[in-house]
Amino acid sequence: MTSLIPSSLTPRAGLDDATLADRSRRFGAWYVVEHKLRAARSFFWTLLATMLGTPFLYLFAFGVGLATLVVDSRGGEFVDGVGYLQFVAPALIINAAVLLAAEEYMFGMLLGFKWNMIFIGMNAAPISGRQIVDGMFIYVSLRALVTASIYYGAVVLFGGVVSPWSLLVVPIAILTALSFSPIAAWSATLYEDRGQFNIVNRLILMPLSLFSGTVFPLSQLPVFLQWIGWVSPIWHGSELARQFSYGPTEPIWLTVVHVLFLVVLAAFGWRLTVRLTTKRLAR
Amino acid sequence: MIAASDLVKKYKDTAAVDGVSFEVAPGESFGLLGPNGAGKSTTMRMVGAVSARTSGRLEILGMDPDIHGPEIRSQLGVVPQQDNLDNELLVRDNLLVYGRYFGLPRAHIAERADELLEFAQLADRKKAKVDDLSGGMKRRLTIARALINDPRILLLDEPTTGLDPQARHILWDRLFRLKEQGTTLVLTTHYMDEAEQLCDRIIVVDKGRIMAEGSPAALIRAHSSREVLEVRFGSDKNAAAAVLLQGIGDRLEVLPDRVLVYSGDGEEALAETTRRGLEPLTSLVRRSSLEDVFLRLTGRSLIE
Repeated sequence: MTSLIPSSLTPRAGLDDATLADRSRRFGAWYVVEHKLRAARSFFWTLLATMLGTPFLYLFAFGVGLATLVVDSRGGEFVDGVGYLQFVAPALIINAAVLLAAEEYMFGMLLGFKWNMIFIGMNAAPISGRQIVDGMFIYVSLRALVTASIYYGAVVLFGGVVSPWSLLVVPIAILTALSFSPIAAWSATLYEDRGQFNIVNRLILMPLSLFSGTVFPLSQLPVFLQWIGWVSPIWHGSELARQFSYGPTEPIWLTVVHVLFLVVLAAFGWRLTVRLTTKRLAR
Repeated sequence: MIAASDLVKKYKDTAAVDGVSFEVAPGESFGLLGPNGAGKSTTMRMVGAVSARTSGRLEILGMDPDIHGPEIRSQLGVVPQQDNLDNELLVRDNLLVYGRYFGLPRAHIAERADELLEFAQLADRKKAKVDDLSGGMKRRLTIARALINDPRILLLDEPTTGLDPQARHILWDRLFRLKEQGTTLVLTTHYMDEAEQLCDRIIVVDKGRIMAEGSPAALIRAHSSREVLEVRFGSDKNAAAAVLLQGIGDRLEVLPDRVLVYSGDGEEALAETTRRGLEPLTSLVRRSSLEDVFLRLTGRSLIE
């Protein structure tokens, strides 16, 4: 076939239809990731500043500032035989990952569907709804990976690491970030942001973080409030991360429950997002 | 290239497309002409293998879009009604990421992107932000993007809606070149001049159904006269004047703002009008257009 415009190039790089369609089918999600990464380049410095600045601010405020108060009242050790920094650091990393994931699940999704409609464009090319969602979630995982790794590095500098196993907080942070994917499914049903995203941030995510054993153990809460932690992925993720950072501090079955809770929620959110995205694109 | 028969798309109980049949041959430039809400875009989305049909038969490049959606889409170029360029990317980067979706190698896409930017007269804007482009430039960039995979069929949904006259003419020129190269074009429009300029064959659609089919010239021959005399007497006097105009030309059409007299000879019809003692405020003799065909078929004008 000939090219449509004056061209010195072999059309379609000389690849046949079947080969090209097959490549789209197999690597489509990664092409979506490539697109997102290229777009991220334009706000690279903002991202980097956030990723570097956040850990230092939070670790200084909690691990150093608040710790003096807490530890003074407790005589050195905070809980489970570790200091306050060791206690709070894994949960801070989990929270950072959750925050950026929630941002992508909300603004990233509506951006793709509505604000610059890149999902519509991808879908007009051979990319399926599932590949778009996969690509988005891989991108979220990559962002969580980088953010959690930098955060972990900062914890090391602050002297918050007890065991080398604590490095597992990075994959746990990614898993916890993915367990919030039902938010993405919800976003896939929205046609307008009338401030819902802000409500989710302020009335759900922020309080969830506070009542999930982030800065104090869940057991400190009155029993009638502790259920918030039990249904909160942030609590499950933080506790899981603590087991490897300085644990074990709980029976093994509970650790297994943490993993299952996060995996099931992530899988559920992923399936639902794929279904709703596909449906919306095929309208 | 495309074969559709009894194509239906329903949203709940309302049929956006209600039993449409047509075929498009290789190298043909095919148009769907109709007012807003006629079902043009829905038809295009089905032909684009994005939206699933409710019933009917549809084959694109010999494949069923329900089964081979991605395979079909990998050989199409799509220019949607609303530009969906990525505003977070620079002009050239939009082409680079898009080419990847077709499985094309990066080096090939990069070279192709430069050629296409040249073709779209955007070579000097390749480092610009999408937001800084004019409407016409965005449209051309979207067309360039649609050509990144050397598509076999180019689908254009209202390519020039909302553009100023100059931008439209530049775009038409580019599309005409594609047509000359033998590209199969399928486009929707509610502009008669666009359909006449670019389409070999059109279907006139309204309320999800086909009203007429043929080349622009054939449609005009079949459904209208050679010329049209447009006379205005003032909004409240048109209807009364029309009574006195009876018998002039082949047929009359009374619109709120003017009376159309369909005639083989418009000047003669105008002369007869004045002979009958009528003095229109303004008069115009013009060639018959697709608008007249549409008016004849539906009793409504295309752009309301």
